[in-house]
Amino acid sequence: MATKVSDGPGAATRRAPFVVELYRSALGKKYVMAITGIVFMGYVLAHMLGNLKLYQGAEEFNEYAEFLRQLLYPILPESATLNILRLVLLLSLVGHVVAAAQLTAMNRKARPERYQGKRDYVVADFAARTMRWTGVIVLLFLVYHLADLTWGWVNPAPEGASVYDKVIASFSVPAISAFYLAANLALGVHLYHGVWSLFQSMGWNNRRFNHWRRTLAIGFTVVVVGGNLSFPIAVLTGIID
Amino acid sequence: MNLTLRVWRQAGPDAPGRFETYQAADISPDSSFLEMLDLVNEGLIEQGEEPIEFMHDCREGICGTCGIMINGQAHGPASQTATCQLHMRTFSDGDELVLEPWRASGFPVLKDLVVDRSAFDHIVEAGGYVTVDTGSAPDANLIPIPKDTADLAMDAAACIGCGACVAACPNGAAQLFTSAKIAHLNSLPQGQAERYQRTESMVDVMEEYFGSCTNMGECEAACPKGISIDFIAMMNKDYRKAKFQNRRSA
Ligand code: FES
Repeated sequence: MATKVSDGPGAATRRAPFVVELYRSALGKKYVMAITGIVFMGYVLAHMLGNLKLYQGAEEFNEYAEFLRQLLYPILPESATLNILRLVLLLSLVGHVVAAAQLTAMNRKARPERYQGKRDYVVADFAARTMRWTGVIVLLFLVYHLADLTWGWVNPAPEGASVYDKVIASFSVPAISAFYLAANLALGVHLYHGVWSLFQSMGWNNRRFNHWRRTLAIGFTVVVVGGNLSFPIAVLTGIID
Repeated sequence: MNLTLRVWRQAGPDAPGRFETYQAADISPDSSFLEMLDLVNEGLIEQGEEPIEFMHDCREGICGTCGIMINGQAHGPASQTATCQLHMRTFSDGDELVLEPWRASGFPVLKDLVVDRSAFDHIVEAGGYVTVDTGSAPDANLIPIPKDTADLAMDAAACIGCGACVAACPNGAAQLFTSAKIAHLNSLPQGQAERYQRTESMVDVMEEYFGSCTNMGECEAACPKGISIDFIAMMNKDYRKAKFQNRRSA
């Protein structure tokens, strides 16, 4: 007799809202992975583009940081829009991580006994097989990044320094720069599979356009990660100071 | 050619298993993989040993009964080839081959290389019926179906249910099988009446037994019928729609 991994989404007897019912299934959880992934794509792209202001100098960059607080002001109170965006990102993060953890647990149960011989993968690439690990690296980096530049807890710059000075202070330390570079490479590997994969999960499939999915994933990854990698390198090499 | 086999031997479902080493001597490169195993088994029987248990039926790649993990690949190294269609010329003299059963909690090992794939039957059962007109036989081609649609449905219907997709999937997911079974009916006019009910039930049962897809594509590479993961995307879309449609009608 085949052992059951779970009772499946069909086992639920109570009616729940559509979203909850969909989420009960693994396919629904994949939707959460994909949609929150799209939110993060928008975020990392905007984040990278905004940071290009580093190249325009301290004044422009600090002004941009201030502008983010003034978004939609005075329609909404100061920092309100920024905090709403932060809340969306936080909820997306929780959704992405929780769904990933639940799906991983399900997959572990689906193959309790591993192959005893060596597996020979044909097409499953490094990126696809390391999503969990690159995801965890990016998550740990995110915590550090916030503690460094948003909350300032671990930032080497003196108290009251401008955003620009904080960035320069951090990236001037080679160890910190190295960590930023490594984490962004992990982000790149994660994006390379994730951006492609979300089309499958969402069911966005059209044989005429399918070959563009890989192109988009590579292009997006190169733009975002390329931009991000350039900042610590620019500080270390003295292009910006 | 002469080969060394390391074969997974397991006396029963709950018995512990281990690899045993056998020599396959004087094998013709033109023989099939299963013929090679037959020869090894004849030798074992002559020596009074238990032959290696493996699954097979048609031996022409259409029934989906056979299936062995050969050197870490489902159905071995040849693409779009079931184990029974694999020829020994794919390998070289002196090779060592590692033979293992499919491994997934949905496919428990019964003996040696034989697994129980009734979980697949449960998924198909969950699909239910297709309503058809009874009475006198209708004329052929009464329902117009565009060539592209017919081809698509045929591509999905090529699935022989061997389980290589699950075996190859790093997550032990059965998405390729289930999506092919769903798609060959969902893409045809005859399959529309029960489309959403079928999609929801089959996916729900699939998730009781198997893991979840992470879009790695190993299933497509392992499939002896070359079934495309495009069908998985179609299933993902239809499941969302099904959840929505089935609520309205419930
Ligand atoms: S024995 Fe029928 S497909 Fe291999």
